Amino acid sequence: MARDLSLILAGFGGQGVLFAGKIIATAGLIEDREVSWLPSYGPEMRGGTANCSVTLSDDPIGSPLVTAPNALVVMNQPSMDKFDTAVVPGGVMVVDSTLVQRIPDSEDVCVCAIPATEMAEENNMKGLANVILVGKLFAETHFCEEETLFAAMEKCVPARKRHLLDANMAALKLGMQA
Amino acid sequence: MAEKVLMKGNEAMAESAIRAGCRFFFGYPITPQTELAAYMSKQMPKCGGTYLQAESEIAAINMVYGASAAGARVMTSSSSPGISLKGEGISYMAGCDLPGVIVNVQRGGPGLGGIQPSQSDYWQATRATGHGDFQIMVYAPSTVQEMADYAYLAFDKADEYRIPVMILADGMLGQMMEPVLMPEPKDELPEKPWATTGHKNERKHNIVDSLYLTPDALERLNRERFERYEVIKANEQRAELFMCDDAEIVLVAFGASARIARSAVVAAREQGIKAGLIRPITLWPFPTDAFESVMDTARDFLVVEMNMGQMVEDVRLVSEGRVPVEFFGRTGGIIPTPAEVLKRIEAAHERVGE
Amino acid sequence: MSAEEKVVFERPHALLPVITNYCPGCPHGIVHRLVAETIDELGIEGETVGVAPVGCAVTSVDFFGCDMIEAAHGRAPAVATAVKRVHPNNVVFAYQGDGDLASIGMAETVHAATRGENITVIFINNAIYGMTGGQMAPTSLPHQITQTSPYGRDTTTAGFPIRVSELLSSLDGVAYLERVTVDSPKNVRKAKKAIKKAFQNQIDGVGYSLIEVVSTCPTNWGLSPQDSFNWMRENMLPYYPLGVYKDVVADGFANAAEAAAARSADCPVAHPEKAGA
Repeated sequence: MARDLSLILAGFGGQGVLFAGKIIATAGLIEDREVSWLPSYGPEMRGGTANCSVTLSDDPIGSPLVTAPNALVVMNQPSMDKFDTAVVPGGVMVVDSTLVQRIPDSEDVCVCAIPATEMAEENNMKGLANVILVGKLFAETHFCEEETLFAAMEKCVPARKRHLLDANMAALKLGMQA
Repeated sequence: MAEKVLMKGNEAMAESAIRAGCRFFFGYPITPQTELAAYMSKQMPKCGGTYLQAESEIAAINMVYGASAAGARVMTSSSSPGISLKGEGISYMAGCDLPGVIVNVQRGGPGLGGIQPSQSDYWQATRATGHGDFQIMVYAPSTVQEMADYAYLAFDKADEYRIPVMILADGMLGQMMEPVLMPEPKDELPEKPWATTGHKNERKHNIVDSLYLTPDALERLNRERFERYEVIKANEQRAELFMCDDAEIVLVAFGASARIARSAVVAAREQGIKAGLIRPITLWPFPTDAFESVMDTARDFLVVEMNMGQMVEDVRLVSEGRVPVEFFGRTGGIIPTPAEVLKRIEAAHERVGE
Repeated sequence: MSAEEKVVFERPHALLPVITNYCPGCPHGIVHRLVAETIDELGIEGETVGVAPVGCAVTSVDFFGCDMIEAAHGRAPAVATAVKRVHPNNVVFAYQGDGDLASIGMAETVHAATRGENITVIFINNAIYGMTGGQMAPTSLPHQITQTSPYGRDTTTAGFPIRVSELLSSLDGVAYLERVTVDSPKNVRKAKKAIKKAFQNQIDGVGYSLIEVVSTCPTNWGLSPQDSFNWMRENMLPYYPLGVYKDVVADGFANAAEAAAARSADCPVAHPEKAGA
C-alpha cells in the first residue's frame, strides 16, 4: 500500500487545481482508502488564487485541511510564496516552471519543475497543464497504482465530455514521462 | 450493489434527503451551502420534486412551514446569517408541531461575519433558534458519510416526534469531498392524518396553528411538548466515544473540530497520555449519558470548538463540578490544528499530574 | 318545516356555526361569508386549504370549515405557495389584511404574484392595524390620524400609502386583480362576483388572482359602522378607486403565462421557441 499523501494543489482560479485534486481523490476512492478533498472557497474561485487539500490515507483522516503537506503542486508564483516552506522534509514539490519564476532550491524537498503550461500548448493540450502536473506527481510519488490513475481519470471526465478523455489521458501520460 | 462515491458534504446531504423521500426544497443562495441548493435544483425536477428559490430566507422557511403543513417531507438549507432569518419560521414550526429539516452550513459571525467554517451557531441551534419555549433536534455530523446518514435519519425523527430537525454542519464539511455510501431510497413514508390536505368532506377540518390566546391552553400545550422532549432526551442521544475507556484527559468536540481533536488524541496517546474524545452527535438532546460513562476515569474535560466557547457550557452543566472543564477554541473561520490542540492536552496532562 | 316554507337564507356550509370575535360592524364577517358562499357554490370545501394572516383575521382558522393554516405575520403567500406546490389540485387561498400583506409581507406578496402562483388572495384594506389597536398601516391615507400617526400621516416622514392593486398590476405573473368594497348590497354582489372569479381562475389554471376589498374599522376609526362606510366612500375610494386592474382573460389570453409571453414578445431569450424561426 502506498504511503499517506498529504497534498496541496495551488494556482489561479480556472487553472484546474480543484479538478486535478479530484482525480487524485478519486484514485484513493477506487483503492478504497480514506480520502478527503477540501477546496478553498469564496472570492478565490472568481479569478483569484485557488487551492485544494487532498489526503489519501489508510487511517481515518482528521483535519482535511492540509497544513504540513508532503506533496505540493504549484501553478503560480503567489501560491509558491504561500506554501513552499510548508512542505515537510522528504516531501515533493511539483512546479509549473512556465508560470513560477522563483523555484526554491531545497535539500530536504524534492523539487520537480516542468514547464507544464508550455508543454500543454506545444502538444495541443491547452488548459491541461494541471493534468500534466498530476502525471508528474504520480511519477514522483506513486500515490496509487497506475491503472487506478487511469480509471480515476475516466470517472472524473463527465460522460458528455467523452471527447476530452483522450486529451486528458495523453496529458497524464505526458506528465508521467516528463 | 451500491458503491461509494466521492461527494461534497453539501451534495451528499441533498442526495440523501431525496432518498429519504424529500420532494420539496425551498432555499436562498448563501456561501458556503450553495451546492446543496444547486444540487436540488438539478435533481428535484428529475424525481418529480419541487425546487423553489425563494425571495428570502424568511419566505423559504415559511414555504417549508406550508409544505410541512400540507404533509410533505421538506427541507431548507442555509448558512449562519440566513438561519437567523429563518428563526421566525422555525419557532412557528415548533409551535405547530411541524416536522421539517433545516441545514445550517455554518460560517463565521456575528453579522455578515466571514464565509470560512465556524461552529459559532451552537447556542442558536440548541438554545434559541427562535422565540418561545421550544427545542429542535440537532445533529452534528463529522464526516460526509454522516452528513448523508443524518440528513436521511433527520426526516424520520422529524416525522416521528413532529419536530423541526437541524443538521448543524459547517463550511469545511459542506465543501469537502469524501467517499460516501448513499442510503437506499425510501418508498414508504408515514401517514400524516393531521396535515392540511383538504378534508375531502370525510373528516373535521384540520388546523395548523400556534396561536393560543388562553394562557391555560398555551401552558398545557407547552407542557405536553416538553414531555415529548423528555422522551427525545431519553431515546435519541447520540455520541461517539473514542479511546475513552481509561481516558483521563477527555476532549469534547463535535463536527469539524472533532476531526482535529481526534488526531490530537491519537498523537497524545503516542506520547503515553491517556487522552480520549467524546464526540456529541446530537447537540440537542445533549448526550449526557456519554459523559456519565467517563466520569470515573476523567480528570479533565478539554472542550474544543470553532467558536469562543459555547458547547463548553453544556459540558460544565453535565460535569456539575465533578471534573474541571477547560476550553480551547479558534474563531472567525480558522480551523484549529491538531498540534495546537495537542499542546493543550499536554498542558492539561501536566496540570492533573501523573 | 312545513311544505310551504322555503329556506331563503342560511349560513354557508363552509362557514362554521361558531361565534366570531370580530367587532360589531366589521366587514370581515361579510367577506368571510362571500368566501364561504363561493366555496359552497363551487363545491370545493373538501379540496380547499385556507391560509390565515396575523391581524384581526388570525382566528379565522376556526371560522372556515375547510382545512386551515395560520401563517406567521405576512408570510401567508409563501405558505400558500408551498401548499399549492405540494397539492396542485387543492384550492388554496390566503386571506390577509393591509399590514400583513403590504407591509411586513410585501416581499412574499410581490414574489408569489410574480411567480404566478396559482392561488387566490383576499386582501382586506382598511387603512389601519386593527388587531394591535389602530396603528398606521402601509395603506393609511395622508393626514390620517392613527395611534402611531397622532398628528396625521406625515408623508414627508412616513411616506405615501401603497396602492396594492396598481402595484401588482405591473407583474407578469398576475392573472386577475380587482378592487371592490362591501358597503352596499350592490357592492357586496360585485365583490362576491369578483371573489368567485378569483377562485374559479385558480380552478381553471388561469393564475394568481387577488381581490382587494376596501374596508373599514369602526372600532379603531372611532366611528359607527355607517359613518365608517361614509368616511371610506369619501376618503378611501378616491385614493383607492374600485375596478378591475388586471384581467388576462378579458384581455383575450387563456392565462397569465400567455399574457406575459405576449408582453415580452420582442425579447429573444424569453422566447426560445422562436429560435431559428
